[in-house]
Amino acid sequence: MKALWYFLTSSFTRGLIGQAIFTAIGMTFVNAIRSVMGLEANAEPGVVFGALLGVFGFLLGAGVLTDWIKWIFGKETPLRHGPPQGKPEWTRYLNVDYNHKVIGIQYGYTSLLVLLVGGLFALIFRIELAQPGMTLLTNDQYNTLFSAHGIVMITAMLLGVGAMVNYLVPLMIGAADMAFPRLNAFSYWVGIPAVVLILAGMVVGGWDTGWVGYAPLTFRAPLGVQLFLLGFYVNGFSSIAGSINLIVTVATMRAKGMTLFRMPIFVWAAIAAAIIQMTATQTVGVALLMNVTERAIGLSFFNPANGGDPLLYQHLFWFYSHPVVYLFILPGLGVISELLPVFSRKPLFGYKWIALSSLGIALVGFLVWAHHMFVAGLDNSLRIPFMISTLFVAVPTGVKFFSWVGTIWEGKISLETPMLFVLGAISVFLIGGVTGPILGTIPTDMHLHDTYWVVGHFHATMFGGFIFPFFAAIYYWYPKITGRMYKESLGKLHFWLMVPGFWVMSLGQMATGIMGMRRRIADYDPALGVQNIHVLITLAAFVIGWSVLIMVYNLVSSARSQELADPNPWRSRSPEWQIPSPVPEFNYDVPFEVVGDPYDYGLSGVAYIRMAPASGD
Amino acid sequence: MSAVTTHHDAHGHEVPYEVQLRSNRLGLWLFCFSEVFLFLALLVARFYLWGNTRPELSQVLGLLTTSILLVSSFFMNRAETAIAHGDRKTFLNGLLITALLGTLFFVGVVVMEWNVFGLELELFGVEWFGHLRPTDGVFGGVFFAMTGMHALHVLSGIVFILIVWANGRKGHFSPERHWGVEACAIYWHYVDVVWVFFYPALYLIGHVA
Repeated sequence: MKALWYFLTSSFTRGLIGQAIFTAIGMTFVNAIRSVMGLEANAEPGVVFGALLGVFGFLLGAGVLTDWIKWIFGKETPLRHGPPQGKPEWTRYLNVDYNHKVIGIQYGYTSLLVLLVGGLFALIFRIELAQPGMTLLTNDQYNTLFSAHGIVMITAMLLGVGAMVNYLVPLMIGAADMAFPRLNAFSYWVGIPAVVLILAGMVVGGWDTGWVGYAPLTFRAPLGVQLFLLGFYVNGFSSIAGSINLIVTVATMRAKGMTLFRMPIFVWAAIAAAIIQMTATQTVGVALLMNVTERAIGLSFFNPANGGDPLLYQHLFWFYSHPVVYLFILPGLGVISELLPVFSRKPLFGYKWIALSSLGIALVGFLVWAHHMFVAGLDNSLRIPFMISTLFVAVPTGVKFFSWVGTIWEGKISLETPMLFVLGAISVFLIGGVTGPILGTIPTDMHLHDTYWVVGHFHATMFGGFIFPFFAAIYYWYPKITGRMYKESLGKLHFWLMVPGFWVMSLGQMATGIMGMRRRIADYDPALGVQNIHVLITLAAFVIGWSVLIMVYNLVSSARSQELADPNPWRSRSPEWQIPSPVPEFNYDVPFEVVGDPYDYGLSGVAYIRMAPASGD
Repeated sequence: MSAVTTHHDAHGHEVPYEVQLRSNRLGLWLFCFSEVFLFLALLVARFYLWGNTRPELSQVLGLLTTSILLVSSFFMNRAETAIAHGDRKTFLNGLLITALLGTLFFVGVVVMEWNVFGLELELFGVEWFGHLRPTDGVFGGVFFAMTGMHALHVLSGIVFILIVWANGRKGHFSPERHWGVEACAIYWHYVDVVWVFFYPALYLIGHVA
């Protein structure tokens, strides 16, 4: 009973109530003005304004803005530390909290929840695809589900990146917290109303544009597309604020002696990802806003009927949305590079090359966006350069692969669950990697564009580059986060279900693609001969779904019942493993000093850090 | 689940002002850099859709609003220099003048150029209220998008200045500690510089279609 009361008074619930109230106020306000001005009935401007005001209402209700509002009136507010007084510990995770570890965990469980929702959408439309003819869904429902699956999963991955960088980076560089703890809380909480908007869009008519929201198709879609575009847009605030916070934290708060090339390799990956997030997000924001305003109030940008150009939307959209996949995979690949030396007991092969290849992927990623538009009517003088730059992505990515092989080579490999997921990630990312250049070259892309080949390639890169490493990270740092060890047997079961399941799913998707299965279509001709493969894909999808549920069960149940974990169960050299688990409120009681290289595993007499004696203050 | 153990001593972990100031400065400049991509995307849209043409706009009005905004930056700078030297009166006056000039610019764009009230006035042979409507094809769309996004930044800048002014009147800020003023000044200059690129793109480049 008490628990219910704590839930009903939490920031989460208060935020949702605030969002509902302010959305209603915003809609009423705009519609009242429009009726006073005698404009014709049009619900959309009210919906747009109400949705944006609702986001503000959420933040106000949740209490994210409280300190800043006090600053406006000239009141100083000391940063609130520690667990809430007189309430159980778990309420911390439902309320606004400024500790980077709490925020990291908030990101983490939200990411998993959103991941489950997005996965559920996929399972529903996979049932539809298991046989030709419309069996379960209508066309509109199918369109809404696959569109929502895309954007919901992307939100889940953004949240997952937030979870990893927020929890890990301050610990790894020896900081007590992020540079801007309040902004950090804002970055997390502004993502919640964004997810609410996207899910609400499914209820008010849904939309059929996919997660790309191409204009002018968006102008013909139901009202749901408006909420989808706005949810996508609002999520950008989370990305931009979070990335700036991260870059500043790494720039100003590193431990003594931690030069750039002595940072843990994950920090390099996080920085590269943050650079993408900080810059490219703005351009998609402009594209989405143009889309919203063209639909709602008739500004002209993309509709050829009014002199606009649909290609402009695609340019602005892909300038973000291609780099954004690198923003997902970079932290994932960082986890792979971080974990391989620990479980191979060998130094990381080519540390500097890996560090710089992360930046390389981020920078080349800005020069390749138009390869999504090879068949969209792009000028030939643009297509060839974009083909060449796209193939260049393989260079820094290849550096990483060779370095991973070099790290494992002749290592003393132990196969605990995190290492299994890392190896699984490499195998899956390899599938995704080698199927990419085929899409990057113009002639083959013309054949495969908009087929299931693309779907297979994309899922392999996202699973190999993000989902598998994310799960590896969850298992690896689980004893650090909770102080308890997860159940190894269930972890291994998760892995051995998910990896074969994924191979079947991804390779099956590519096979149907080659055979002529088009993406984003609810039905197919039985004569294509793809039905058996579709049944296999659907079954594999369910296996993956169950395996993730096993992980969730493992994480929840182990937090209560499992035995206390060793402080450093993986014999890691990284600083966060040299302090107690769970980590104290301010991380390091005694600041440490970096005296060596981070990944000298298997070498004797070399230290990475030295816990320095407390200074005189 | 208790993922963060409690700690007895919060005071030993307060970030020193100098360190926080360094972080604040870097953070604000990164925000400015981030916003460069927002305004660049709008410029891209302008050159993509308009090419070498532009809509017919009142040159006098454009030049006037631009001049007002540029002059406002001088007073912002004056205010910041004044608080750094402990001259509270010049500081507060500078802020007020900046906010006033900013408001004039805002009125010039929203009331006169956008002509939200649908007015008409011809004086000295100049039409003082614009004719371009948001729904006038790509000219209207891009013009209202660019000026609108910029006006939103000007408006937030004015609010920021007024907050700093109100707190300055209450005795906040000192020659040693006035990050709030510095941030406000950087933001205002930044919004100003953005207009230096927007003005020629909207009013000068290309021939009237």
